[in-house]
Amino acid sequence: MRKPIWRLIAVFIALTLVAAACGDDDDDGDAGEAQPAPQATEAAEESAPAPTEAPVEAVTIEYWLWDGNQQPYYQQCADDFTAANPSINVEIVQFGWGDYWTNLTAAFASDSGPDVFTDHLARYPEFVASGVLVPLNDYVARDGVDTGAYFPGLAELWVDAEGNRYGLPKDFDTIALVMNSGHIADAGVTAADFAAAEWNPDDGGSFQELIAKLSVDANGNRGDSPDFDSSNVEVYGMGLEGNFGAFGQTTFSGFAASTGFQFLDVNPFGDSANYDDPRLAATIDWYVRMIDAGYVVPIEDVESLGGTTVFQNGSAAVMADGSWKIGTYIGADTPFDVEFAPLPVGPSGSRASMFNGLADSINRSSDNQEEAWQWVKHMASAECQNIIGEAAVVFPAIPSAADIAVASHQANGVDVTAFTVHVDEGTTFLFPITDSASQIEAIVGPAMQEILRGQADAADRLSQIADEVNSVLGS
Amino acid sequence: MTAAQRALPRRWPLLRSGNLHGGWPSAFWFLLPALIGFVAFYLYPAIRGVYISFTDWNLIANEGDWVGTDNYDRLLDDSRVWDSLKVTIRYTVINIVSQTILAIGIAVLMDRLTKSVVIRGIILFPWLIPNVIVAMLWVWMLDGNLGIVNEFLGWFGVDPIRFFTDTDKVIPTLAGINTWRHMGYTALLIFAGLQTIPKNLYEAAALDGATERQMFFGITMPLLRPILALVLVITIVGSLQVFDTVYVATGGFGGQPGGPANASRVIYLYIYQNAFDFNQLGYAAAISVLLVVILLAVTFVQLKLLRAGESDLS
Repeated sequence: MRKPIWRLIAVFIALTLVAAACGDDDDDGDAGEAQPAPQATEAAEESAPAPTEAPVEAVTIEYWLWDGNQQPYYQQCADDFTAANPSINVEIVQFGWGDYWTNLTAAFASDSGPDVFTDHLARYPEFVASGVLVPLNDYVARDGVDTGAYFPGLAELWVDAEGNRYGLPKDFDTIALVMNSGHIADAGVTAADFAAAEWNPDDGGSFQELIAKLSVDANGNRGDSPDFDSSNVEVYGMGLEGNFGAFGQTTFSGFAASTGFQFLDVNPFGDSANYDDPRLAATIDWYVRMIDAGYVVPIEDVESLGGTTVFQNGSAAVMADGSWKIGTYIGADTPFDVEFAPLPVGPSGSRASMFNGLADSINRSSDNQEEAWQWVKHMASAECQNIIGEAAVVFPAIPSAADIAVASHQANGVDVTAFTVHVDEGTTFLFPITDSASQIEAIVGPAMQEILRGQADAADRLSQIADEVNSVLGS
Repeated sequence: MTAAQRALPRRWPLLRSGNLHGGWPSAFWFLLPALIGFVAFYLYPAIRGVYISFTDWNLIANEGDWVGTDNYDRLLDDSRVWDSLKVTIRYTVINIVSQTILAIGIAVLMDRLTKSVVIRGIILFPWLIPNVIVAMLWVWMLDGNLGIVNEFLGWFGVDPIRFFTDTDKVIPTLAGINTWRHMGYTALLIFAGLQTIPKNLYEAAALDGATERQMFFGITMPLLRPILALVLVITIVGSLQVFDTVYVATGGFGGQPGGPANASRVIYLYIYQNAFDFNQLGYAAAISVLLVVILLAVTFVQLKLLRAGESDLS
């Protein structure tokens, strides 16, 4: 009695297969076709006589960024840009960090999205591999853009193994210690003590003595006292970012690199990582011992609400964090005064901070690549970077603009040279660039979480994951 | 009855009876929107998903080449798939057992004690809050340092419990949150089932001197079986597909989604990671196909075991 149902289903599937086949054709068609152009509604000025090289119609460039704090200042750059180039409008769209990458992926998959977007070193190699970015070499050569105008190393980060450039630098960031002024004063410690501190993974050096002194238990005993109760700590000497991570940008990377450790055999685009380096295991072991000793906040306490929240709550005296967070620490969300100090000097004889920078890239599916390039070039120019510097939301990639940012903070009574000293003294190392950053994160991140919980031995676990990471990099 | 209707086979009684009054054209137009929606948003994506599982599809480039069964071969060797299935099953067992027991309890209380629509509404309240907000609220309330729950436990001398960051507690915590969110809705479904049980059975049982307990196990539970089977199929399938609560609660402010140390990496999260983080849509599609097969098998077995199509009332 059920046969008709099956017949219906058969007809249904047949219909769907036809639809699926049509769908495929449509897909191919779409890929070849011009995307619906955002400027269609703006194309009012058709009759304007075209001077040489200037576009005939007014076009709108869609620009994406994730940092809402920077949006007003890039809007100012955009307004200046449109004033100088009346035929190009810029529409700025902002998404939070998580949504940003999801939306961007969806946009690439559908051949739509922004003409220009803020790009990150952890992501751009995958975009290059997928062929969705416009190489800028010809534009740079044609317009004579000086890529040497930026802090050394920043411009080179955006050139792939084949020599193609995919971005022009806009800013940079480094890592320093942020300190709760009240807590360090109570312990009789100063920012200068931290600036002079030395660290090593064996006994922690004078840096460990400082964070021990800053740790306070429920009975008021400090970490350098024999009565200190490590199981009942009120204030930890050092806080931690919740996502300890595979690259440890704001956590272990500066300490590990001060031992001479390097993430990759070659950076950028190495094909082997050094996670089995004993110096890395020693560094992570130091963290485990400090957590046991009650000097560093347990990882379990910061994974949920984040290390910044715990620091702002007064539960940690110092914490390593990135220069892009300066505004958070000197702003109203942090209910106490802070000071900054550079990361300690390590066994290699110098300090070390990860050096990362953002750039603007052009989407290959953009219909207005020439105008998109003009906007990228403007954002990478001193004119726009000086605006960003005055606002002091981040450090611009051009040294003179970065000086403006430092001076701007100084005028407000905030000394941020702890972040720039790493650049001035040449003690930075580059963010490790690979084309599988998210896979490495998914392998190493959870392993770090196990080690910091004491569920695995650092050397054993890290040598295990080193093989996994290298098989990903080799593939 | 017209001659044309009489000619229709017996097995199309609706048409034979003439209830449509020659309304086929109108019926077609009424069905068309749903049909288009079904084909465009269910059938076509499903078939395309199966196709993509046989390719090395790159989501960003939106293209891929046929790789045969490579993705399925890789899947069989990938211990992370099986680990995440174990995590998912652990979550489902804890979630379904607690949720179903509590929901039956609430439904029976509603049925036996109150007819208040207001109370039914209140019981449904958690279900009306979006999953993401539920997850974020509980992250703040259950936090080891700053959470109100641990503050409260502290008054009774209990040491802070790290609900989300202890590898053993994260799954029970997540299962508990979704139990809190879903039990009211599940209770309402069961409550509807209770309404179908004739009241005279309880009256007769009461005359024979049966206790509430005897009536519950002798009348309510057996007659509730078909509804309970349906509810279990829906909730178990839903539970095996958990994603948003895990993603938000474990990744929200500082940690990694699926953490700590992969203790809460459910199968959907692993599929998401492969598709959207690792840009390996083909492999993600292959795991999804595996999940579909598992869900079909679970549903089929359940319906058979619980004889959901039959009622004991007739």
